[in-house]
Amino acid sequence: MVTLQLRKVEARYGRRIIYAEASTPEIAGGHLTALVGANAAGKSTLFRRIAGQLAGKGEVCIAGAEPGDLRYMPQDTGMSAALTVYESVVLALKQRQGGWRMGAEELDAVDKILSGLKIGALSDRHLAELSGGQRQLVSIAQTLVTRPRIVLMDEPTAALDLYRQYEVLEHLRAYAADTGAVVILALYDLNQVMRACTMTIAVAEGRIVAAGPTLETLRPEMIRKLYGIEARVETCSRGCPMMVVDRAVEDHEMSGYR
Amino acid sequence: MRMVVWEIRMPIALMAVTVGACLSLAGAQMQTILANPLASPFTLGISAAASFGAALAMVLGVALVPAALALMVPINAFAMAMLASLLIFGLSTMRGVTVETIVLLGIALVFTVNALLALLQYFASEQALAAVVFWTMGSLTKETWTKVAVTALILVVVTPIFARRAWALTAIRPGEARAVAMGVPVRRLRLETLILVSALAAVPVSFVGTIGFIGIVGPHIARLLLGEDQRFSLPGSILSGALSLSATSVLSKANLPGAVLPIGIIAALVGVPVFAILIFTNGRRSW
Ligand SMILES: Nc1ncnc2c1ncn2[C@@H]1O[C@H](COP(=O)(O)OP(=O)(O)O)[C@@H](O)[C@H]1O
Ligand SMILES: [Mg+2]
Repeated sequence: MVTLQLRKVEARYGRRIIYAEASTPEIAGGHLTALVGANAAGKSTLFRRIAGQLAGKGEVCIAGAEPGDLRYMPQDTGMSAALTVYESVVLALKQRQGGWRMGAEELDAVDKILSGLKIGALSDRHLAELSGGQRQLVSIAQTLVTRPRIVLMDEPTAALDLYRQYEVLEHLRAYAADTGAVVILALYDLNQVMRACTMTIAVAEGRIVAAGPTLETLRPEMIRKLYGIEARVETCSRGCPMMVVDRAVEDHEMSGYR
Repeated sequence: MRMVVWEIRMPIALMAVTVGACLSLAGAQMQTILANPLASPFTLGISAAASFGAALAMVLGVALVPAALALMVPINAFAMAMLASLLIFGLSTMRGVTVETIVLLGIALVFTVNALLALLQYFASEQALAAVVFWTMGSLTKETWTKVAVTALILVVVTPIFARRAWALTAIRPGEARAVAMGVPVRRLRLETLILVSALAAVPVSFVGTIGFIGIVGPHIARLLLGEDQRFSLPGSILSGALSLSATSVLSKANLPGAVLPIGIIAALVGVPVFAILIFTNGRRSW
């Protein structure tokens, strides 16, 4: 079993401190964990710090996996190169293995992830010709093809239509269950979070304001604090929790930090 | 007759092959690490510095490194080129320096060194001036087996190092953030490549002067025909550079029997139309 825990972690850009002392309970693998918070709350920053791209004091404790088993998928970044979708996924796989030759099981792994995300038909398309949603699916394929034990994905469903949002979350849930990996997703749609994620970490202004089981974390008071909206969490006709937004709270300014 | 072929023609022909290969490979990796299709081995001032070093020897007779008279020009050129690369390299290792900063620093260096070169030329005798101008245009005329061997050696040493990093170098192309996400140590790779490219470009330039065009066009030809995967584009760049410069070298002699035109000029005049045709007829769009 893989676990991840933050202990008094600091994260900063140069001298600008975003997180002073971020701590979480132990996050266990095998299911999805959501990272929620308003725009500029510090979701991407926390991911970068965990992925080792930002400096800072404190400890990111990983058990059951090597630090090299971690993959962080950044928010959508453009991809332009005369590479096909297939080549770009091979590339991601080959960063770990090396060697110019492609083994049968490597080709297999690439085929499997492409068909798993239902983008097998895009194999021969060039990266530059993809739509935003297609690019996002390719990024997800690149991230998962090495079968990492710790996966951090920044807004993986942002550019996707409803069908693919559902498919991707389902795929990730199955991936976590299969591999026991810790999978943390930055998401904005709280209904998605309530349906798919067992654990939720909520951040605001560079602090972790709550972390725990999703339904205990995403209470109306917390939603109000995070997003500045009045919302209810109700049970739908099939018994699943869902959020209904009533109105926006006035003067909910975006924080400028320190 | 055999003597002429062996001692004069042969080294020139082989020099065209090795120099073309070096410059094209250097250009390919420079374009990769600087994420810039216009980058060449000379973007960061390597050729400008080499020209300045050569001019120091030709105009003032200053040797930067004590050397035999015959070797003074190439050794000066090499010393200056490496000095320029080390300067850029040193600045690139500083914190917060991005690709854009590196390119800007390179351009600043090119202008500075060119100004110094112009100053030297201003004070040069007519004879020395002609020599400097001829040198900066690049020519394959007085090549020796030693020069061929040194140039080939640097190619043979550097190519396997790039080959081992083929996947990482390919991964940089779709974007730095993405490469980092794949676990590529982008910063370190960029610095290492910078050093290798400097050596790869400085050696041939010191021997034959500036043949700039090959370093830009060679890699583009390879990429247009073979794509971005370095397993193909790396040998492809070497081949396209070697072939282009060999063809150019033949043309430069065939044109005007007796007079040999500077090869750098021919390379640009013949290469541009070929390049343009490739760009417009090929479906691959890399940049
Ligand atoms: N590269 C950077 N340099 C300095 N500050 C940054 C940088 N990236 C983000 N920030 C700041 O960090 C804070 C958190 O940003 P971020 O983590 O991107 O938010 P989120 O992903 O939750 O929208 C913001 O105030 C933002 O301005
Ligand atoms: Mg973000």
